[in-house]
Amino acid sequence: MSEAQAHVAHHGPPTTFIRKHIFSLDHKVIGKQYYGLALVAVVTGMVLSWLMRVHLVWPNSPIPGLGLLSKVGAPGGVMTPEYYLSLMTMHGTLMVFFVLTNAPFAAFGNYFLPIQIGAEDMAFPRFNMMSFWTTFVAFIILISAFFVGDGPPLSGWTAYAPLSAVGADSGPGEGLGQTLWGLSIFVFCIASLLGSLNFIATTLDLRTKGMTLARMPIVSWAWFITSCISLLAFAVLLPACLLLILDRVAGTSFFIPSGLNVSDHLQPHQGGSPLLWQHLFWFFGHPEVYIAILPAIGIVSHILICNMRKPMLSHKIVIYCMMGIGFLSYMVWGHHMFLSGMNPFSAMVFSFPTLLITIPATIMTLIWLGSLYGSNLRINSASLFCLGFISMFVSGGVSGFFLAQPSIDIYLHATYFVVGHFHMVMGVAAIMGVFAGTYFWFPKMTGRMMNETLGKWHFYLTLIGTYAIFMPFHYLGLAGNVRRYSAFTDDFLVPLIPVHKFITIAALFTGAVQLIFIFNLIYSNWKGKEAPANPWECTSLEWSTPSSPPPFDNFGGQHVVVYHDPHQYGVKSSTGDYLMQTSPERAGETP
Amino acid sequence: MATALQPPQVNVNEEPEAHRGKGSGGGFRGPAPDGGNLRATKDPAGEPARTGIWVGLAAIAMTFAALTSALYVREGASTDWQHIVLPPILFFNTLALIASSVALEVARRRVSAFMRGKDPSRSAATFWLNATMVLGVVFVVGQYMAWLKLRSLGLYLPTNPNSSFFYVFTGVHAVHVLGGLGGLTRVVAKFRGMGSPLRKSTLDATSYYWHFMGLLWIYLLGVLWIKL
Amino acid sequence: MGGKVFAVLVILIALASAVPIISHTFLGATVAPPDDISTHGAEIDKQMDETMIEAGLSFLAAQLVLGFFVWQFGGRQNGPLKNFPGGAKYLVLAAVLLVGAEAIALGAMGSKAWAKVYFQPASVDALPIQVQAGQFAFYFRYAGPDGKFGELHPDKINEGNANYFGLDPENDIPARDDIQSGELVVPVNKEIHLMMHAKDVGHSFYVRELRIQQDFVPGLDLSLHFTATKVGKYEIVCTQLCGLGHYNMKAYLNVMSQPDYEAWLKSQSNT
Repeated sequence: MSEAQAHVAHHGPPTTFIRKHIFSLDHKVIGKQYYGLALVAVVTGMVLSWLMRVHLVWPNSPIPGLGLLSKVGAPGGVMTPEYYLSLMTMHGTLMVFFVLTNAPFAAFGNYFLPIQIGAEDMAFPRFNMMSFWTTFVAFIILISAFFVGDGPPLSGWTAYAPLSAVGADSGPGEGLGQTLWGLSIFVFCIASLLGSLNFIATTLDLRTKGMTLARMPIVSWAWFITSCISLLAFAVLLPACLLLILDRVAGTSFFIPSGLNVSDHLQPHQGGSPLLWQHLFWFFGHPEVYIAILPAIGIVSHILICNMRKPMLSHKIVIYCMMGIGFLSYMVWGHHMFLSGMNPFSAMVFSFPTLLITIPATIMTLIWLGSLYGSNLRINSASLFCLGFISMFVSGGVSGFFLAQPSIDIYLHATYFVVGHFHMVMGVAAIMGVFAGTYFWFPKMTGRMMNETLGKWHFYLTLIGTYAIFMPFHYLGLAGNVRRYSAFTDDFLVPLIPVHKFITIAALFTGAVQLIFIFNLIYSNWKGKEAPANPWECTSLEWSTPSSPPPFDNFGGQHVVVYHDPHQYGVKSSTGDYLMQTSPERAGETP
Repeated sequence: MATALQPPQVNVNEEPEAHRGKGSGGGFRGPAPDGGNLRATKDPAGEPARTGIWVGLAAIAMTFAALTSALYVREGASTDWQHIVLPPILFFNTLALIASSVALEVARRRVSAFMRGKDPSRSAATFWLNATMVLGVVFVVGQYMAWLKLRSLGLYLPTNPNSSFFYVFTGVHAVHVLGGLGGLTRVVAKFRGMGSPLRKSTLDATSYYWHFMGLLWIYLLGVLWIKL
Repeated sequence: MGGKVFAVLVILIALASAVPIISHTFLGATVAPPDDISTHGAEIDKQMDETMIEAGLSFLAAQLVLGFFVWQFGGRQNGPLKNFPGGAKYLVLAAVLLVGAEAIALGAMGSKAWAKVYFQPASVDALPIQVQAGQFAFYFRYAGPDGKFGELHPDKINEGNANYFGLDPENDIPARDDIQSGELVVPVNKEIHLMMHAKDVGHSFYVRELRIQQDFVPGLDLSLHFTATKVGKYEIVCTQLCGLGHYNMKAYLNVMSQPDYEAWLKSQSNT
């Protein structure tokens, strides 16, 4: 029996263009494909947010070009209220699913998890390829909603029933677009499940000799824990979307009660429960936000350790905290539903674990801060974004403390306070993690360095810009500014418009700043300074590959043996102050 | 392709049983001299198929758990729950599915006998694998006939919540059974020499999946019988 | 320069962020809850203030420590590596004890305010008013002199004829004297039992000054109760995304003195 046939799941090097770049089985190519898709999604989502912000403060001004995108949604370039909500829905859907679940997890995880554990590829390369292309199909279905009859759905990324379930009667934006949304997310769930399956099997079974679970880098642990959470969460969203689609097209009544008079049409449905949708959705939705943030926590921890030249105060505790957060994340979904009409006693039940989640989050933050003490922190774009992450995570986290308490939530629910909270703690923080990962791993992925000066400008301006955008959201929330409004016409909202103008300008500014990053990414890929094999002097396995980018089987056929955990920094060795995981050397005395 | 017809060597197909699950330590599989070529010595991804299937089954279980809780919540939400009589063919279908699992277990033992050289011909194993699939098809066709029966009673997907859940539960399960049939087809094809040789872990994973479909069906039948 | 730019920046940002919280203003706008006119709001406000102090201090402390450490150790080359005194142990202990204690204390305190709003039903002599939320308006219904509400018939809803609730006065006697109103008019210092009904999709009822908010759930008729303590007009706004008119869906809560309320009620009955 030949050697090649012994490795059914392992593949020979690709030879054709299609196999190399399009339908590739190589986890590195797939990781880059996910990154590219996330990049397209984030630019689209960001442009949508600019359109939203401009409309909010200049509602009657035509926006150049918008009339071309949709004659119905923006006649003469002036956005209709329903189109605002549609853009908002697509913004949220793109950002949460196609950016935050894709970039830190699917993109970097796919690229680096197998390498960090010393494997040739993921456990199931064909499933891996399928999961990317399925995600791509989901993306196309979602985008197609822009171009169908009524336009994209307007029920928000949360798609509450009955608004999302009764069909076109509930108004413009609730026609075919909503069904396409349901289909897109259904397909996305399948892709996500395939991906998580791969991550889990790979982590458990494909670790190379000497790579015990304890010796995995924190970021690999983060990807592993995230994939466990993701597996169970997306498995719940999948049937929820199925039931929603059935209510819309097959006349079932899972979520639609009887006696509804929508736009003068008596709905034929009977007996369904709108709260059922909320329960199913948030049972997925809360773990989803931890799926969005845990990989970034891992990435930031990994990069900080390397740049501090010193191990984390206790990496084991950070890992336990990630597990604790993952576990608790399944118990708190009702905190999105305090005022939903569910039994008010359950509010107390959900509030308690929600407050408890603060504990592992605080422990991790204190450990990051405590680890900085006494370190030799190298300041570069990657480490700066890690520090920015910590700052954002704290800022966004403390506002959660308010929302976790039902009595306070009575006032703050559905205000901009909530919007500020999740944008900071999930949106910006995770994106900062992605930026950190990009600057850090770019040399390994391309063999070139990104420009440090541009990186630093990108960081400082983004830090200032994102605080300028999202901190005022909290002030608006305290004033009771309701969210998901396409215009501010209420008596108490008109005086807040100057705050919104400030935010809009900050948003446009921050958006423009991202051009620095895009330029840096493209230019460095082409003309960046050639990178040494291990520019950051990092210990983990991805830095011991024979080339940058790594060869198709990651280690060039070499048998990788691991001798250390990835925290051998501040030790005397022949390489300097660190020991690679693959180095058989023993650590000298700590200098 | 000639090599595909030989029963593969034992040490390639039998995975070391010692390493399972988390914290297994080392994670190194199979014999490998230090400094040896990774491709030649690495275990041919035997374990991941089994880990993968358990992970996949966990996700499928979670999906049906979500549907079950949807059923309970929907029942409690309103007063329009209308008892439907389950078409009797469901019980016949259940027997078919259980029989297919039995057939699959027999098939596995025949495959194992062939692989170890105790049985010179593939025909016994192939017969039982085919029997498994035929019984699986009988199940799916039988489920479709159950649907036709309900329709003849005027019970369609949107008619009432009970009928909705009946179709959803049986439909989602049937889709997964069809997937299992696809997996079995692949196993048979590999066993008969088309494509790469059949590995024990592939057969194991496909079998676990198939048995799970049977157990899941028994659970679903129970839920349908008690609640609908 | 190392981390000094970051350190200064993060500290400035933290301090700048705190200013509007303390001053309650930002760019000329008031960014704080309006004065409370309810009987349960004081506890909620106290809860918010306590949380703001704890959250605010944690926020400032964390950002200042972050800035300080990055100033000290950022860009440091070949300095002696030190571990935080006590290592991770005390940090974990601090997090568990401090945060745990805070969480339990706030949770316990907060449950009282929550209980007042949600655990107790409206008292028996509360004034019952029904509110129906539909795309894109709130309508209110009073029982009228007979003290009974007529039945709702969704198929009979006719906005053109101002039959917002779908009443059937011809066949349904209690419906005949029901009073419909686009404004929620209530007497001051009187407990109101608000009966919430959704006509089409999900909506929500929010009055900032009353410190109440509650979703309407189609198919589920929910109850809310409150007592307004100050005469005046306050905005009721919808806070659950309900379609294109969501931003515009509002009504006024008009709190009147008892005699004014009675006069208003009489004038509605006469029309």
